[in-house]
Amino acid sequence: MNSATRRLTRPPTWILIPGLLGAAVVLLPVTGMMTRLNWAQLPELLTSASSLAALRLSLWTASAATVLCLILGVPLALMLAHARFRGLPVVRSLVLLPLVLPPVVGGLALLYTFGSQGMLSGALEFFGIRVAYTSLAVVLAMTFVSMPFLVISVETAVRGLDPEILEAATVDGATRTGILRYMVLPLITPGLVSGAVLAFARSLGEFGATLAFAGNQQGVTRTLPLEIYLQRETDPDAAVALSLLLIGVAIIVISAAYSRSSRPAER
Amino acid sequence: MKRSFALGAIGALTLTACGGNGEEEADSIIVFAAASLNEVFEEIGELYTEETGAQVSFTFAGSSGLVEQLENGAPADVLATADETNMNNAVEGGLVAADPELFAENYLVIVTPAGNPADVASLEDLEDDAVETVICAVQVPCGAATQRISEAAGVAITPVSEETSVTDVLGRVRNGEADAGLVYATDALQGGDEVETVEIAGAEEDPNLYPIALLENADAPEAGQEFVDFVLTDELAQNILSEAGFTRPQG
Repeated sequence: MNSATRRLTRPPTWILIPGLLGAAVVLLPVTGMMTRLNWAQLPELLTSASSLAALRLSLWTASAATVLCLILGVPLALMLAHARFRGLPVVRSLVLLPLVLPPVVGGLALLYTFGSQGMLSGALEFFGIRVAYTSLAVVLAMTFVSMPFLVISVETAVRGLDPEILEAATVDGATRTGILRYMVLPLITPGLVSGAVLAFARSLGEFGATLAFAGNQQGVTRTLPLEIYLQRETDPDAAVALSLLLIGVAIIVISAAYSRSSRPAER
Repeated sequence: MKRSFALGAIGALTLTACGGNGEEEADSIIVFAAASLNEVFEEIGELYTEETGAQVSFTFAGSSGLVEQLENGAPADVLATADETNMNNAVEGGLVAADPELFAENYLVIVTPAGNPADVASLEDLEDDAVETVICAVQVPCGAATQRISEAAGVAITPVSEETSVTDVLGRVRNGEADAGLVYATDALQGGDEVETVEIAGAEEDPNLYPIALLENADAPEAGQEFVDFVLTDELAQNILSEAGFTRPQG
């Protein structure tokens, strides 16, 4: 883009006012919370055994959930992007249901499916798989709520591809798997990355489904959001400190991913 | 301007209404009570109104929240908390007019899903890893009570989950996701047929105590004291409490 067109496509100046107000809606409460931060005790609050256990658990379960979202969500997004049938909008809205569902409802749904009295309890028992009260339950809850973010991002990216380029490759004798591997996936990388980052961030913040489904045990199922909720009962300072930690991790992950994925688009 | 005029009109109306009642000092009181007393106090309030003609309006919330509201000047005549710690805070804050008195006790029991699938018979059985036990986290009052009782019995419970509220513990036992849970006797009764109760030896010696007291800033101290006495001594009121699973204070 040259500077002349950039000036023409720039939005009118007046949007600054609602725009800044929009930013304030998010930033003001975060600032308000920071004013309650007990700086003197911060290192102590953040390095307690329970805080570290919660951080460690949150990081690895959110990573595992993101990987699971990628393995299952990318094929799902490709399916949705290429499917042509009458019921497609219904299928899509069902798959994206966790976006609008209160997480507690998701937790109950998971409980009645994977719980020890749930629909699949017989099958799970047969294979010796225990879900309730394990970290696996946390990963499942996170995957459930995060999957739609990845699917939307990837599907949008796939739909944005130029079909003529892909057709040209077919003419040149490329196999469908080859096209997926060497053309589609590299081309949708920005969408894939931003989808994965959103899924990771959503997993990190997951609370309701974990609380209702997985359990609440230090090092096993008590993720950072659950630890914050518990600390709030007796030690508001610790809750605020942990909230700051959660915000910090989320900002690092999001800004790292977006600075990388937005560069190719600006070229 | 309009608003202050309207308020003035309402004030005048209220004054005439009170004047019409003749000698009676006041005919309505405000009671601040712990959330766990919600159902029983609503019932007791109705009885009290039938007996004395005085209206009662309740505010139910967590005990610590109630004391905080009172400290910030919330108007109320009577305070009933779910533990002595919060009542002591109210006493130390100069909020209470007379010495608080205990009107009920609540103690911990073990609940299991109907049929008791893990054959839990005592607190010791909860040491077994095979028994999936759910308790309250130590940061919340029921968890602190759980810690006290297991330490006193020398039992190391191995929970699969430590919940943030006693209702969550009951919920997990109720739908069969846990083999056992520690809740208050009143919660166990709320579980109905879906749960079975196993008494804990010695639990009654370390109960959760419910104190009630008239407040310093009461607008209707006489009616307020009447309500306090009603809860403490009225046979029907005590019946409502015991039907809900509360026990009479032994002291």
